[in-house]
Amino acid sequence: MSHQNSSIVDGPEAALQVRPAEPSDVPAVIALDAETTGLEKPDYWSDLFERYGRRRTPDRFFLIAEHDGRPVGFIVGEVRAWEFGSPPSGWIFAVNVKPGARQFGVGTQLFESICACFRLAGVQTVRTMLSKDATLLMSFFRSQGMRGGPFIELEKSL
Amino acid sequence: MRLQKATRFALYAILDLASDPEKQFSAAEIAERYGISVNHLSKVLRSLGRAGLVEAVRGAGGGYRFSGNAKRLTLLDLILLFEDIDSAPGAGREPGDATPEGQALGGVLEEIEDIARATLSSISVATMLKLIAEERRKGGTDPRAAADGPSTAPAASAGR
Repeated sequence: MSHQNSSIVDGPEAALQVRPAEPSDVPAVIALDAETTGLEKPDYWSDLFERYGRRRTPDRFFLIAEHDGRPVGFIVGEVRAWEFGSPPSGWIFAVNVKPGARQFGVGTQLFESICACFRLAGVQTVRTMLSKDATLLMSFFRSQGMRGGPFIELEKSL
Repeated sequence: MRLQKATRFALYAILDLASDPEKQFSAAEIAERYGISVNHLSKVLRSLGRAGLVEAVRGAGGGYRFSGNAKRLTLLDLILLFEDIDSAPGAGREPGDATPEGQALGGVLEEIEDIARATLSSISVATMLKLIAEERRKGGTDPRAAADGPSTAPAASAGR
């Protein structure tokens, strides 16, 4: 699967478009997530689309990167305020790019687009949280200029 | 966290060469920029060559050129070529390690190592080059400008 989307190699920037998610994108999002995680979660993504895509509120964003009319990536986030004592900030909690479309700037365009949405929503900081094992994803966020922030996650087995 | 000399030299060399992958630089040029031993750096460059991260260009004006993938090569990859940053279980066992106090202390130190490892494995050479460009914009010392002599413009002007 990793090199099937060869057309993006020919000229990704010209044809790439980032737009709000539509109901018709949900199957592609489910498939893209399943392709990279190996687990199909239709209920989760349908519910997420309902809350972040269909109900377009000024602080929730579900964006799709489309190349030649086909979704090749997505990003989801929202503005959250005062959780953990933090002033309003943008949180990214899902991002994915089709394996064959990686390293062509799709993730960067998605990241920059959601950051623009966050700025319009009036926040100056963007955050995310991810597994320490997710090195590729962490590398991506680092490449966008993100660094360790003032919070640290703690947990306990119950 | 302190890195061994060879590791730091390797990081300097890779970051220097990767900043301009089309160009080649001699060990002497790189050593001069960072004020480090050319002999030691030459050994480090040979190790990097064996790892396929730099290639030696022979002949007049020869030197070394970066041949890795800057977007995928991480700080951890480079560090592990020269040293082990983990205290492996069982290795280097100290008196008291098996006691509850030693076990508790080991758990805390392991947590710190986990974070260090995750951080180092998430920062690619390409990301480091962006951080370096930021430092240059803020006015940090540019080794290439410094090597050119005192009349060179301040580092801030050397940013992207």
